[in-house]
Amino acid sequence: MVSTMNAPVLDLVPILPELILALGAMALLMYGVFTGDRSARTVTVGAIVLLVAAAVTVMLIGGTPRSAFNGSFVLDAFARFMKVLAFLGAAVALVLSQDFLRRERIEKFEFPILILLSTTGMGVLISAGDLIALYMGLELMSLALYVIASIHRDNAKSTEAGLKYFVLGALSSGMLLYGCSLIYGFTGTVQLAGIAAALKTGPISLGLIFGLVFLIAGMAFKVSAVPFHMWTPDVYEGAPSPVTAFFAAAPKVAAIAIFARVLVTGFPAATQQWQQIVVFVSVGSMLLGAFAAIGQTNIKRLMAYSSIGHMGFALVGLAAGTAAGVQGVAAYIAIYMIMTLGTFACIIAMRRGDEAVETIDDLAGLSRTNPLMAAALAALLFSLAGIPPLAGFFAKWYVFSAAIEAQLYTLAVIGVLSSVVGCYYYLRIIKLMYFDEPAPAFSPVRIELKTVLVASALFNTFFVVYPAPLVAAAAAAARALF
Amino acid sequence: MSNAPILSIITFLPLLGAALILLVRGDDEAAKRNIRMIALFATLVTFGLSLIPVWLFNPATAEFQFVERAAWLGGVISYRMGVDGISLPLVILTTFLMPFCILASWVSIDKRVKEYMIAFLVLETLMIGVFCALDIVLFYLFFEAGLIPMFLIIGIWGGKRRVYAAYKFFLYTLLGSVLMLLAIMAMIFAAGTSDIAELIKTGPQIFSRDMQFWLWLAFFASFAVKMPMWPVHTWLPDAHVEAPTAGSVILAGVLLKMGGYGFLRFSLPMFPEASAFFAPFVFTLSVIAIIYTSLVALMQEDIKKLIAYSSVAHMGFVTMGIFAGNAEGIQGAVFQMISHGIVSGALFLCVGVVYDRMHTREIAAYGGLVNRMPIYAVIFMVFTMANVGLPGTSGFVGEFLTLMGTFKSSTLAAFLATTGVILSAGYALWLYRQVVWGELTKPSLKGIADVDRRELTILVPLVVLTIFFGVYPRPILATSEVAVNALVESYKQANGAARTAAAVPPR
Repeated sequence: MVSTMNAPVLDLVPILPELILALGAMALLMYGVFTGDRSARTVTVGAIVLLVAAAVTVMLIGGTPRSAFNGSFVLDAFARFMKVLAFLGAAVALVLSQDFLRRERIEKFEFPILILLSTTGMGVLISAGDLIALYMGLELMSLALYVIASIHRDNAKSTEAGLKYFVLGALSSGMLLYGCSLIYGFTGTVQLAGIAAALKTGPISLGLIFGLVFLIAGMAFKVSAVPFHMWTPDVYEGAPSPVTAFFAAAPKVAAIAIFARVLVTGFPAATQQWQQIVVFVSVGSMLLGAFAAIGQTNIKRLMAYSSIGHMGFALVGLAAGTAAGVQGVAAYIAIYMIMTLGTFACIIAMRRGDEAVETIDDLAGLSRTNPLMAAALAALLFSLAGIPPLAGFFAKWYVFSAAIEAQLYTLAVIGVLSSVVGCYYYLRIIKLMYFDEPAPAFSPVRIELKTVLVASALFNTFFVVYPAPLVAAAAAAARALF
Repeated sequence: MSNAPILSIITFLPLLGAALILLVRGDDEAAKRNIRMIALFATLVTFGLSLIPVWLFNPATAEFQFVERAAWLGGVISYRMGVDGISLPLVILTTFLMPFCILASWVSIDKRVKEYMIAFLVLETLMIGVFCALDIVLFYLFFEAGLIPMFLIIGIWGGKRRVYAAYKFFLYTLLGSVLMLLAIMAMIFAAGTSDIAELIKTGPQIFSRDMQFWLWLAFFASFAVKMPMWPVHTWLPDAHVEAPTAGSVILAGVLLKMGGYGFLRFSLPMFPEASAFFAPFVFTLSVIAIIYTSLVALMQEDIKKLIAYSSVAHMGFVTMGIFAGNAEGIQGAVFQMISHGIVSGALFLCVGVVYDRMHTREIAAYGGLVNRMPIYAVIFMVFTMANVGLPGTSGFVGEFLTLMGTFKSSTLAAFLATTGVILSAGYALWLYRQVVWGELTKPSLKGIADVDRRELTILVPLVVLTIFFGVYPRPILATSEVAVNALVESYKQANGAARTAAAVPPR
């Protein structure tokens, strides 16, 4: 056996960020249990600090790719890129949540702790070097998500969202596990590197393809790609807004990351086979995201369909199956996360009196009642629509040029056409804000929401001036997988 | 001095003005006045600075001048700017028209002045950027980004059906452009560069005949919508009718020229074989546009709509001239674009003058204006004649040259297009008769006042230019001559080479 070299028995440095999160979460849990619900604010601040610390640690570890636990856990440039995104995304979601949960009287100290645990799961998931670690990370992430979806337990919609998410999520986990077992059965290993090596030597058997399909189904569920998207609109609508913001950001990053890692490092010899599946999933998501959002009146539901569409666009890059494609995926998901968090900051800020409002008609005439918020949201919406010179255009640029390079012309044409259709509903919100007569003004916007919203809008507007750092980081991340 | 990034300064100066406007506080009359003054000042300075490249421009070379380069997206895509004899006149047209637009909105725009002026200044930056960009991605960026301010201008300050018009404008143009985006990606991948100058030189060799066809069609989808050519012109009448006066001026004066500029900058030099192949197709569409839209214009009841349809017809001459592929045709097309920019812009300003007084654009609501507004009648007549293409006005030169170029290339197309000249006389003179001549019988018009000083300041320079370029077109033609000749030369060469290659088929 080659793998039993005289490596240090336990190199814990690669898992340091996850250790920080896990141990920190336990410490905060203890503190919370002993002080009760009034500790919620302290615990939230602690959780934010931990998440930022973990992100900083990830950046500091740097250097060559390292692995732990015999290759089950990999920390390479790709993992670093995605982890920094996921951790910071979770931190921002927590920042957004605090005031909202207090006003809705569902501020509990368990909430930040569950987010910490879920984020730990994401860390494991992003770094998974074998199928066992993948499953472990995925479940740790998802179980916490099921609970926070129904954190508003007196609210029928919220509990329904949690239950729906749990049942469907369990089903998808089952499929994923079944796929893993098939793959193990046909290759004799669970290590991604081992699977890649096994595939290289022999012909690709039908059984293995079955396993691959189930595996992809499980992961497609987590990124909410068609045809495994059904849960998304209900969960997005039912869960409290800050929870939805979290769902739309960090877990998406982790799921897309593992999607790319598994397919690119585990099944390079079967690229032709999985490419077809990814193309199908991607086309379906783009079209559904574009058309189904048109009729929506609830802005969270609309964002759910928008996120389905965006995952379709991100998968265009993966479908290319090249380094340029993965670079596109990485850049896309980074820009997407920033856009989404900004948009949700605005959605969370939509309050009249003491009540949160959620229909897009509530935004009517916002440009006159709150010009700053309207301008920032308009910039984000144009960016989501992919209109240059905003960041969202560059996200699409990278994935589509990868698809063109890989000669996936039909996919690219369907993609850009559905982005035009998608434009329609983003424009509808802008129309409401700018062309229509004002609805009653919103309550004053909290400073932290305003900060996130404006920062996100500024990033999207000025990305064009200095795009090099993000592009270079995404390129480095993509190289790590090839 | 020659090292200063003059094109970038011209391009981004309006943005600076927009940033200054953003700083103005308050919503009272004084603040509005300051905002208007800043906008006017910014556009005037931009126009002044844009004369520096004219001064320093060397018309004896076809190379790009005032070239700038900076790292941008990484890889092959970088920030490149530069102008040649084809783009420089369009840059000047843009900077020249902008102060008039600001002046034209001085009183008619009274709500949300701040946003309005910012939208216009941002739009100016993007329009200048389109003509100056020498990197194909940068070009696309400017080209497409212009949709955002124009969408808002139509949607916020437009007429009754503004929302419909704004949507139609945005989605129509976007749909055309996204296909071009894919073509751009394919070109960069095939050629390994996004430098427009480089692509013009090497493109015809790198892109195979089949590939040229697809690329040409993708670019055509975008530029034909922008131009707009029949049958994808339907967004234009809606957009024109609903847009505020200055929006119409910019739309007709500059935005439509982007299509023609795109054909000259990309389709013809980069895909010469496909261009030659599709030339009859373009001629057909152009001739239909000229005749059909002229007939439609005859039937209009709305002044702005009539002028919008006449724009489509006039743009037909431009596309015809471009794809004639000879020096006369292309020179004529460039000239026609500049001339139409001035004339149609001026016509919309004329409409704006009476609209500001009467708040209607119905032709039937007017009549006999000459009795109360003699100066207006004279000015309107000059532009009507220029629109008709009367010799001595700038409209004549462009139409004559494009027809001559087309005649060399396709006699039938030229013959049919000439009927369009007659039809344009029909609708333009009819409009003039309905609005200006006759008895002043309508009681609502009894108190109408003639043009005031501000309106005179706007219209007189345009009158002067229209007649000046009609009598002495040399300045524009001399600027573009060498660049056009080089373009024609390479176009003919590429097609000659292709023909000799095809003449000896390897059976």
